[in-house]
Amino acid sequence: MPLIHYEGRAFQSNGRSVLDALLEQGIAVPNACRAGVCQSCLLQARRGEVPARAQQGLSAAMLARRLFLACQCVPEQDLDLAPADAALVIGPARVLSIVRLDADIAQLRLEPVGEFNYRAGQFLRLYRDAQTARNYSLASVPGLDDFLELHVRRVAGGAVSSWVFDTLAPGDTVTISEASGNCFYAAQNPQQNLLLLATGTGLAPLLGIVRDALRSGHSGQIRLYHGAPTARGAYLAGLLHELAVRHPQFTYHACVSEAPPGPGLLAGTPPEAALRDTPELSGWRVYLCGNPRMVEAGRIGVFLAGAASAEIFADPFLPYNRLPPESGHCGPAVPAADGA
Amino acid sequence: MGLYEEIGGAAAVNAAVDIFYRKVLKDERINGYFGGVDMARQAAKQKAFLTMAFGGPNAYTGLDMRKGHAHLVSKGLTDSHFDAVIDNLATTLKELKVPDNLIAQVAAIAESTRKDVLGR
Repeated sequence: MPLIHYEGRAFQSNGRSVLDALLEQGIAVPNACRAGVCQSCLLQARRGEVPARAQQGLSAAMLARRLFLACQCVPEQDLDLAPADAALVIGPARVLSIVRLDADIAQLRLEPVGEFNYRAGQFLRLYRDAQTARNYSLASVPGLDDFLELHVRRVAGGAVSSWVFDTLAPGDTVTISEASGNCFYAAQNPQQNLLLLATGTGLAPLLGIVRDALRSGHSGQIRLYHGAPTARGAYLAGLLHELAVRHPQFTYHACVSEAPPGPGLLAGTPPEAALRDTPELSGWRVYLCGNPRMVEAGRIGVFLAGAASAEIFADPFLPYNRLPPESGHCGPAVPAADGA
Repeated sequence: MGLYEEIGGAAAVNAAVDIFYRKVLKDERINGYFGGVDMARQAAKQKAFLTMAFGGPNAYTGLDMRKGHAHLVSKGLTDSHFDAVIDNLATTLKELKVPDNLIAQVAAIAESTRKDVLGR
C-alpha cells in the first residue's frame, strides 16, 4: 500500500485520493470542486510519480514544478509531498557586485554557495535577516550567466532595498531562497510570437525570458515593451537596443506614461502601446511583470485582443509587494465557488 | 451518454471558456461585476462554472453558490444580470456549433442555480 509523506508525517493512502487522505489526517488543504477543475488543491510531488490523471489540464510551468491535483491523485507508489507554496529552501550566496543601473535601481549579482536550480524569469527571496525579506526576480539566465542577477529598486524606507544600496558590499554573504514562480520561457513552441510587457524592475525577469528564448533559438517574434513614468526609467535601454540589432526577431520599445513621447519613446503604458502596434494577439504568448495595475489591465487587454488565457503569464506582485508574499507567481489556484 | 460526454467533456470546457469569458468582459450589462478581481482566478472560476453547467463533475452545493455570490448580490446583482450570463453562455455554445438541444440542457442546468446565485 503506497505511503504518503507530508511535512514529516507518513500515512497510508488506503486507495483514496491524496486530498481525502490528507483531510482525514486533519491536514488543511484548500479544495473546492473535487473534480480536477478548479485547481485549488494543488500540491507538489517532491519524490515519486503521480498518475497522469492527477496532472490533466495543468500548464507546462506547473508540470515543471511537479505540481498535481490532490483530488485526482490516487497514489500508485510512495509519494513525498509538500504544499504548492511550501516553505522555501534557503541557502547562502556571496555578493559579487552591486552596480547602479540608474539613480534608483541597483544590479545585484550573487554567487550561490552550492547548487542552485532556476529558470530565467523566476524569482527568489532575499533575506536581510530571518524576519525581513523581499522577493526579487532573476534577470540572469542559467547556462548563460554563472551568477544570479537581481534588479533592486530603492524604495523609500524599504528595509531590504536600503540595506542593498547602503550597507551590502561585494564579498558579503547573504541568505536567499530557492527560485519559484511560473513565469518562464518554455521552449516547446519556438515559432510562437511572444509579447513581454514590463514596468520598472519588472524588466528583470522579462529580460531573462528574452535572453533565454534567444539562446534557445526562438524564431517567432519577441516584442518587449518597457514602461516608466518618464524616459529616465528606461534603464538598460542600451543593452536592449544592442540585443535587437543582433536578433532581428527581437524588438524593444520604451514607453512613457507621464511624459511626452519622443524619438524612440512610445506614449502610454506598455499594454496600451503594444495593443496599438498589435491589436490582434490570437496565438501569442504574453508575459507581464511589474506594477499590479499595469499587469491587471494588461492581462485583460491582451485577453480581449485574442490571447488565450492559458498563454498569459503574469507576476503582478514582485517588485512592489512590501510583504513577503507567498503568492508572487502566476497561474490559478483558487476556490472556485462563485461560478459566473 | 450524459450531457457532459455528449458535449465533449473537458475539451469542450477548454474550447468554451475563453470565448465565454471574453463575451462577459465585453458585456456592458455585467462586466462591472467581473472587474477588480484577479483575472487568472476569474478564468479558473469560469472553467468550474462551465464544467458544472455542462453537466460535468463538480461538488458545488447551493450553499457554495449563495456564499460565493453574496457580495455581488449586495452590490445589486439581479435577474437581468443572471439572464445576461446565460445569454453569453448560449451565444458561446452556438458559436462552437453545439446543437440546440444540448444548449437547452446547459441553459437549464445554469438556470437551476438562479435562486442560490441571487440569494433568494
